[in-house]
Parts: sequence; structure tokens; C-alpha cells
Amino acid sequence: MSAILEVKDIDKHFDISGSVIDQLRLTGGKITRKKTVVKAVNSVSLEVQAGETLSVVGESGCGKSTLARTVMGLYRPNKGEIHYRGARIDNLSSHKMLPYRTKMQMVFQDPYASLNPRMTVRQILEEPVRFHNPDMSRDEVSDRVAEVMCQVGVDPVWATNFPHEFSGGQRQRISIARALVLDPEFIAADEPIAALDVSIQAQILNLLMDAQEQRGLTYLFISHDLSVVEHISNRVLVMYLGCVCELGSAKELFSNPKHPYTQALLSAIPKLGGTAGGHVKLSGDVPTPINLPTGCVFHGRCQHANERCTREIPRQHTLANGTVVACHGVEEGRL
Amino acid sequence: MEKLIDIKNLRVDFALRSGRVRAVRDVSLVINKGERLGIVGESGAGKSVLGFSIINLISKPGRITGGEILFEGMDLVKINADQMRHVRGNEISMIFQDPMMTLNPVLTIGTQMKETIRAHMNVSDKEAEAICLDKLRKVYIPSPEKRLKQYPHEFSGGMRQRIVIAISLLTNPKLIIADEPTTALDVTIQAEIMDLLLELCEKENMGLILITHDLAVVSEVTQRIAVLYAGKVVELGAANQLISNPQHPYTKGLIQALPQMAGGARRLNQIPGMMPSLLNMPKGCPFEPRCTVGSERCKTEIPKLHALKNGTQVACFKCEGGE
Repeated sequence: MSAILEVKDIDKHFDISGSVIDQLRLTGGKITRKKTVVKAVNSVSLEVQAGETLSVVGESGCGKSTLARTVMGLYRPNKGEIHYRGARIDNLSSHKMLPYRTKMQMVFQDPYASLNPRMTVRQILEEPVRFHNPDMSRDEVSDRVAEVMCQVGVDPVWATNFPHEFSGGQRQRISIARALVLDPEFIAADEPIAALDVSIQAQILNLLMDAQEQRGLTYLFISHDLSVVEHISNRVLVMYLGCVCELGSAKELFSNPKHPYTQALLSAIPKLGGTAGGHVKLSGDVPTPINLPTGCVFHGRCQHANERCTREIPRQHTLANGTVVACHGVEEGRL
Repeated sequence: MEKLIDIKNLRVDFALRSGRVRAVRDVSLVINKGERLGIVGESGAGKSVLGFSIINLISKPGRITGGEILFEGMDLVKINADQMRHVRGNEISMIFQDPMMTLNPVLTIGTQMKETIRAHMNVSDKEAEAICLDKLRKVYIPSPEKRLKQYPHEFSGGMRQRIVIAISLLTNPKLIIADEPTTALDVTIQAEIMDLLLELCEKENMGLILITHDLAVVSEVTQRIAVLYAGKVVELGAANQLISNPQHPYTKGLIQALPQMAGGARRLNQIPGMMPSLLNMPKGCPFEPRCTVGSERCKTEIPKLHALKNGTQVACFKCEGGE
């Protein structure tokens, strides 16, 4: 297997301090300028292998969507590099990025917001094909669109309808069709099933898995639904406050979680026919990403934290089974 | 067991310009004192409307068009607005989905809590504050004296929902209706809130109606589960029975569609199609268009709930004793 996508030590910070006037503060009789920065993604490195599904999980605000958007080139990283099939893509001009846009596509969370309400399904699906293949004849374009619509289970006779005429599940099929219509190699799916009903979720997951099999797609799958992630992923990345906690094969990570945060997250999953009460309780709340805690970002809520955790940022440490864990406790053999 | 609430053949309709939407169709449910009941269904199945109708929160164009809701012998459908105000928020209280929308952003937590107390109890300001502090301690809010003076934005999502729960407890209600109380929250916070709700219900012997789309959550918290589909109860039974041995094809489908039930297979079991529009209901069983075991009779006749040997009630001709 070869890596299709490599993310090397990227940071993505958002400056939310506003204009220069807004940044001025009066402290101790002096006017100072202070910037407020949200540190959404911090030193994340990962490799996505061709044909695999790598899932990113974590609580809301942990930076998983920001990571996906940065990988897709929707945001520029503040630090680090992104390589696609060996070529660096994070510093390309939008013109030079074009060939990669056909290879890398994205499916968004809310199919009500991601489809233009004033375009018909045909217009939505034809636009990317025409844009990237200006020489294609009209017939070829509509053939391509019809083929993809069939594949995602939306009858091509509906192509003249508008998005509001479809149900949530159908709309998500259309946004998947829009991603597939350029025949990409890599799809970043940002919570593609979160807005859907339970009985529709299985349909969309099956569709995504079928498309992967038929086209040999690679997925970066963002989700907070851990049982879905366990089912569809080859590997899983657990994030907390923009930092990597644990990265390992889905099987290892779910059967034998190492990082205390992964353990807490997994134990919080409600189990069918289970009993409440057995959950690992995390004390306190997620700190703000504006002032990251010193040392390990998780130390304030971790019951195994010691003095070193408050001081030193844990490095990513590879275990014998290939799992990468960023935790002093695991590295020292305490946990 | 003593009945706390007895819903008989409840119907709720919404008269829209495009037609009459029958959101709740002939639902009958009983909740005993101190019992926890889960109501599960997809969006549009009528589960929230059912919860809202118990304390008459249905607003126009919606209307309760039939049936009765007996709460300790009193029919909540027939009582006037004054009497309802005495029940709502006092004997029956409600927890809504999004705590940020439930709490007033410009009032302190203390003001909002005392408002509820004053509406229902004749107590001095000091006594009211003592009640507030007591309830905040019950939901494990640290340093409640200080917190009482803070505004909702100063709390995290999980804390806000705990405050909403504390408000619902102020008058020591006999029943709490929780409508998707954790849908807006993260999974770790969800576990915390569910554990808290369960603990409070057991300690105070309160009844709970938990409305959610998540089968796993209800199976952990409630004793009985009602599965709603297109405004009708299709299956009702003890939580463990219903999960381990579902009878109705829809319940079966819902459970088998969960990734953890795939049993190593890559493809998930999916229910084909989607829920019919409430404006355009099939003549027979509402699930028939998506059902794989349906027959001719299912197309023309609506199945009624009937009890099976294990006590589960199911509305399906194809289940034991149905035909």
C-alpha cells in the first residue's frame, strides 16, 4: 500500500481578534495590542493509504472538520505540509490546485445547506463536469451525470427537480453523486450521516461503502458516531482539542484503547440492551482552544495525569501493535 | 402498579393548507408511577408531538382531535388553561432538546429558577433560593451559590442541560418529559446526562418519558419502549424484550441496521425507502411500502396493537396471533 495523502505536522489557527481597534486593550495604564487565536488543529500528522478509510473522531470543537477542510485546501495551514501522491499541495495557487480538485472531493454534513436551492439536480451535477472538462460534449456530460445518479440510487428522471423536492437521505445521495461525478480518488466526508434518520443512515453508509468498492476510493471520514466509525474504518484517529490522542487500526483501537481519552470516549457509547452507569466519567469540561492547557491538552480531565503531564507535551509514541499514542502514562508504562 | 398517566386513543391533527396532517393517530399508552418509558422513532414519526400534547403545548394549526390523557384521574385534554398551568411545569415538567434555546440568555440562572418557583409555590425569596441551591446540588453543579448569579452563556453545554434538569425538578414533579435531551450534546456529555436522569428518577421515584431516535440510549435508561412509526405505536414492550427479541418488521429493521448488529458483514442491513409523507398515508399498514414480509391484507387494513405471549404489544398482521 502506498500513501495517497500525507499530512505532516500541520497547524491551523484562526485569528478571531478582529480589526486593529478591537485588538487594543488597556492594561495597567498602557494600551497594548492583543491577538486572540483559536488553535483548532495543532501538530497533526497522518498518512492515508490508498483504498482505505481513515476516520477522525472526537467531540465537537476538537478540530476534526477543520482538519478535513485544511486537507482539502479550503483552509491554508499555518504550519506544516500536505502531500498528495508525493506532491506538495498546501502552497499551490488555486490554478495549480485545479487538477487535484478533480481527484479530491468532499461530502458535507448537511445536505440541506450544501446543495444550491436555486439549481436543479442536473445543474448541480453537471457544473463540476463542465468546469473540469470544457471539451466534453453535452451528451457525454449528461451520460456521465445519469450514470452517477443511477449509481447513488436517484432515478435520472428526477434530474430536473430542485433539492427541496427531495428528502434528506435523497439529498445526501445527490451530494455524494456530486462528489463522485468527477471520478475522484479521494473523498473527505465530513459527518455525512449526522443529519439523517437512523433508518436512512444505513442506506447512505452502504452507498459509500459500495462506491468505495467499485471505484477503489479512499475516504477520510469525519464522524462523532463511534459505532459507525468502528464499522466502516480501517484506521481511526482520535482527536482532542486539535491534537492527536491516538491513531491505530479500528480493531485495535476499539478492542484495546490505550489513551485515557479514547477509553473515556469509547465507554460513553450507549450500548444496545446495556445498562447506564458504567461510563467512565470525565471531570470538568473541554478547555477552550484559545488558551490551550500546557503540557498534555487532556491533563485537566485525566485521572492518571501527574506533574509531567502538566508540563511537557507528550510525543507521539508508536506501540508494538502499530498504534500511535500521545500519552506520557502509556509511554512510561504506567497505563 | 398504580397508573400515573393513561393515554387513550390520542389523536393530534395539524390542519395545513395542503391538507390534514395526522401526526398522532390513535395512540394509547400507560405510564405507571415511577416508571421510565422510551418513545423511539424517526423524525416526523410524531414522537415530539405526542410528548408535547401531554402538557398541551400543541399550537395552531395543531389540535388534539380525539382521545383522552388521564393524569391521576384528570383528563388533561378537557381541563381549562388555568388548570393546565397548574399541571404544566409543576406536576409534569419538560426538558427540551437544546439547552441554549430553553434558557433565557439575558436572565441569570437564579432569576429563571425562582421564576418557576414563584409561579407554582407561595414561598419567600430566601426559601426559593434554598430550593434552587438544593436542586443545583442534586444535578452536581459545583459551587451553586456562585453559579446562581451567572448567565447561561457562562456555562458549557452539559452544564446548561443540567441546569435545565434542575429547573424541571424544582417543583418535585411526578413526571418528566425529556424530548431528545442529549441530541445537541457530545457523546461523553450524553452519557453523563443520561446517568444523571436515571439516578434522579430512581431516587425521587419520578416517571420519565424519554423521547429520542437513539435505540441504544433508551435501552440503557428506560424500562419500557414504544416504537412510533408514522404517528402510530407499532411496538410496545419491556426494553430488554424489545431489543433482544423485536417483533415488528420496522423495529427489527431499525435494530439490524445498527453497525454493531452487522456481525462482521461489511454491508449494513438497510430498510429500503423512507417514511411515507404524513399528508399521503397508505390506506393500510403505514410500514407496508417498506416491509419485506407484507401481504395483500397489509395494503388495505390497518393492523391493531395486540399482545403477544411475552407481554410485548405489536401492530402487525405477520406477527404471532396477527392473522
